[in-house]
Amino acid sequence: MRDIGIVSYGSYIPRYRIKAGVIASVWGKDGATISRGLGINEKSVPSIDQDTATISVEAARSALKRCTIDPQDIGAIYIGSESHPYAVKPTGTIVGEAIGATPDLMVADYEFACKAGTAGVQSCTALVKADMIKYGLAVGADTSQAAPGDALEFSASAGGAAFIIGRDNVVATINHTLSFTTDTPDFWRRAERKYPSHGGRFTGTPAYFKHIISCATNLMQKVDTKPEDYDYAIFHQPNGKFPVSVAKKLGFTYDQIKQGLIVPYIGNTYSGASLVGLASVLDVAKPGERVFLTSYGSGAGSDGFDITITDKITELARDNAPTVAQMVEDKEYIDYGTYAKLTDLLYWE
Amino acid sequence: MAGGVARFWREIPQRYNIIGNKCGSCERVFFPPREACPHCRRKSLGKMEDIKLSGKGEIITYTIIHVGPEAFKEQVPYPVAIIKLEEGPQITAQIVDCNIDEVKIGMKVENTFRRIQEDGYTGAIYYGYKFKPVKE
Repeated sequence: MRDIGIVSYGSYIPRYRIKAGVIASVWGKDGATISRGLGINEKSVPSIDQDTATISVEAARSALKRCTIDPQDIGAIYIGSESHPYAVKPTGTIVGEAIGATPDLMVADYEFACKAGTAGVQSCTALVKADMIKYGLAVGADTSQAAPGDALEFSASAGGAAFIIGRDNVVATINHTLSFTTDTPDFWRRAERKYPSHGGRFTGTPAYFKHIISCATNLMQKVDTKPEDYDYAIFHQPNGKFPVSVAKKLGFTYDQIKQGLIVPYIGNTYSGASLVGLASVLDVAKPGERVFLTSYGSGAGSDGFDITITDKITELARDNAPTVAQMVEDKEYIDYGTYAKLTDLLYWE
Repeated sequence: MAGGVARFWREIPQRYNIIGNKCGSCERVFFPPREACPHCRRKSLGKMEDIKLSGKGEIITYTIIHVGPEAFKEQVPYPVAIIKLEEGPQITAQIVDCNIDEVKIGMKVENTFRRIQEDGYTGAIYYGYKFKPVKE
């Protein structure tokens, strides 16, 4: 699969933040204990006029600003999310129109909990490899939902990242990708329900850890690498604790994961989570560096990627769009009442 | 939304990508696009060329909306500005991503893609441009 990979990338994080302590105080819990337990200090909140489509468009436009690709050369768009604005009406059509890629292209929306974005990267990679398209755009984005008072309310946030996959001017070669998938009901949202349900502690060992460790181990066996061969590692980050723990179990150090560990500052952006981490790594990566990424989507499955940064990264106009670090810092705090209004908790008919 | 989905659909190029047009006779730029140039009139017929505007400009004047229309009442107070785009046309748009007391005449702004309104919880969602301050 040589010479196929990421040609450009972009990410987007909304400006509003709510501190875990503010949410905790509403529900009679101790904010410091919650923050320490989850490894999340605050989370991003979409404004009232933002959703998965607007976040995807902003991330995709940033990717286009960093390169010189004609959007008309994009032959496929896959948007991974579990919060598509419509149940029936593809987000990808809105994104395609807004970046000027329509009408001669393939479009579909993906859903696989928090790994639908990496599934899109895999599809685009395969289509490029098959010479069916010149470039593909894969986006992982969410304005994730959490029921008021649920543990998820401390983490469910908003953000996303977009990746243009192709053969020309590849800045990060995707050396290999594989997946690990089982039927594991750890987290779900039934049709027409507003908020997801989850299996509490069941989301840990048999779900997150089993799938990431199996996928990561299989990938390293396949490409014959060890954790120390990588400069950066990114794991799905539903909270600040799980990715640190799974990295340690696999033999990666904290230094390898810290650049891609964004969840303490913005929460869990679901389909965007591991991909915003990858965008953060690409913001600083140098030629020759090697990147390991394993996503996780409840239900359940993991996608693993072995990536090498190329010399072309120095030619990418990375300054033409904001970095993840800049967007993490560009924030405005809100109280719980404002959060309730912005996230439609005050829904009535 | 007045006019419904068909009107919105017709205006997607303008709402999503700020597509205006330019008179092939005098080179004046218009947004929204015009059928004919009001200055060159008949000479411009067949010479109006679509162009994608940069989406960057400067606030000419603004107001703060405290009592908004039904679809915007949850956003009050919010700024609405007249923005002079780099290519010349002036455009009216909501300003977002800043506090209302930060909005100033002469402020550099750029477009951002947002939800504009929706036909209730069951109807279509209408997207389009708003403007935000340019980060130095």
